[in-house]
Amino acid sequence: MTEIEFLSWVRGPGFQIASIVLVAGIIIRIAEILLLGRAANLAEPKGSEMGNGIRTIFTRSIPDAGTFRKSSFTLVAGYIFHIGLFVTIFLFAPHILMFKDVVGFGWSSVPTPIVDAVTVVSIIALLAVLVHRLTNKVLRFLNNFEDLLVWFVTIAPLVTGYIAFHRIGYTAPALIGIHILSVEFLMVVFPFTKLMHAFTIFIARWYNGAISGFRGVES
Amino acid sequence: MSASLEKGINALREQVDSTVATFFSSCVHCGMCADACLFYTETGDAERTPINKTEPLRRIWKYEYTLFGRILKLFGLAKPVDEKLLTDWETLVYDSCTMCGRCSMVCPVGIDIAGVIRKTREGMAAAGHAPKGLIGATQRAITIGSPMGVKLPALQAQIRHVEEDLGVKVPVDVEGADYMLLLSSMEIMNFPEFIGAVTRIFDKAGVSWTISSEAFEATNSGIQIGVSDLAAELVQRVVDAAEKLKVKTVISPECGHAYFAIRWDGPNLVGKPFGFKVRHILEVLDELRRDGRLKTSGFEEQKLTYHDPCQITRRGGVIDEPRNLIGMFSRNFVEMPEHGKMNWCCGAGGGVSSNERADDIRLKVFQRKKSQLDEIRPQAIISACSNCRIYLEDGLEEYNMEIPVLSLTETLAEHLED
Repeated sequence: MTEIEFLSWVRGPGFQIASIVLVAGIIIRIAEILLLGRAANLAEPKGSEMGNGIRTIFTRSIPDAGTFRKSSFTLVAGYIFHIGLFVTIFLFAPHILMFKDVVGFGWSSVPTPIVDAVTVVSIIALLAVLVHRLTNKVLRFLNNFEDLLVWFVTIAPLVTGYIAFHRIGYTAPALIGIHILSVEFLMVVFPFTKLMHAFTIFIARWYNGAISGFRGVES
Repeated sequence: MSASLEKGINALREQVDSTVATFFSSCVHCGMCADACLFYTETGDAERTPINKTEPLRRIWKYEYTLFGRILKLFGLAKPVDEKLLTDWETLVYDSCTMCGRCSMVCPVGIDIAGVIRKTREGMAAAGHAPKGLIGATQRAITIGSPMGVKLPALQAQIRHVEEDLGVKVPVDVEGADYMLLLSSMEIMNFPEFIGAVTRIFDKAGVSWTISSEAFEATNSGIQIGVSDLAAELVQRVVDAAEKLKVKTVISPECGHAYFAIRWDGPNLVGKPFGFKVRHILEVLDELRRDGRLKTSGFEEQKLTYHDPCQITRRGGVIDEPRNLIGMFSRNFVEMPEHGKMNWCCGAGGGVSSNERADDIRLKVFQRKKSQLDEIRPQAIISACSNCRIYLEDGLEEYNMEIPVLSLTETLAEHLED
């Protein structure tokens, strides 16, 4: 397989397969959650489920002062790489062109040097997250194969994207092909791992807020 | 597979719903719940991380309720729920969790971890992996009517004392009363002053109320051990008595889990909405305050703080009421550094206090409360849960701290205008 054939495959059939697995996987996962349903609460409410559920979706992004003090590394590093992923995935001009091909419309991009810097910061944050995971007592205890796999498929597109953009060590088609392949790994792994939290976090936070809100507590 | 293990696994299966599935799907193993849990912060044992306590239920969900998990199971790659797992987890689920719910407030993805631990207990208990102390308390509650074995004559004796002291009649079995007061065994045996305090306040405020001789026990060990059938039976006794006496509102006394059991779990356990309201005593007192029916005089000079009982505050929604009431008799009130819905547990809730095996760890994790108190150095602590009161006193004694622990209702009664 030549470089060009490789690039064509990852951009063609490879991307199609990954997209199908991603979309079908997410639909199955969300369906198998929601189809379970939950029993109606027969107690007399003290507050609103809906209002507090929606409120918690937003407020849970901002920890209280005590929690921030105790978990500051996790929170700061988490914020950095999540924002970094958002910027690099959705606000990088070549990515927006690709999304435009798929969804039919585009949006404004962030200047490339900024995306470049954000990529480096995100990679550093994710490396720090790994070191933290392997050295912190609780994280080392919780850590399993899935955590490492998810870490790897998350950092890989950032690293391969950075290398492809700067054409480090090899020719462009091969580097871009490797970058796209790394994204496809992420897409395929996504529905079967904790990466699903990108979707379920909204349902989970809503439930959390609704459960507390019903009892008159803002959670 | 043994019959009890099978029962346990079936009980776990019954707990899986869309909330459980969403919560487990969302966990990113960030470990933040550990820092929210006094059983981790005070011991440093990583296995006591809250989300880890839900492992038996997580395995059932993953390998039976997800497509990918079922495929893994097909290839023999599933981690089993077996006797060993349940034995290993018993001390985590019961001795190292008061179901205080602080983890549920902190989890960045929004998992109600305490709620999931409560569900995990259903499986543990069904499989016979509950602590002896809790099994005993639950059996006594079912057979005698009280987890401490308190019978009606004991209550009648306390009522007689109150009536002699106050010269006021304590209404028992009065049909058509507005309120029916429940009591915890601990109040009847250890803090009978509570009965006197309520009697005085209600008498002054002109409240129509009664105690039922058939269902006076408020506590519900079935909730703590995690056996819904038994919990439902205990709730049903209260429902029957309330319906028989045709009361409008049932009052839960100063007891955290009793309030949670009857107020939030009760109707769901018996499978239908109640035909009466349920209120915590503090909610009733605050209503009386708002309506101008509580007249107090004088103020406590000492520096007071309020210990929020987890099931009443964070899990129960009674947050402002105690503060409004304390304002009636204190001008020297200080909040703990983290209070209200973010307060730290006394370490004895959720059945931990009924579980002798957990005595040592309970006293160890009390250091969290101690450090909160060390920061503000109050001269007295007010609370509204007799279980919190007893075990705050126990912890304070262990660490040689001389701070009296008071009941909110009793302190309020002392300041009633004559």
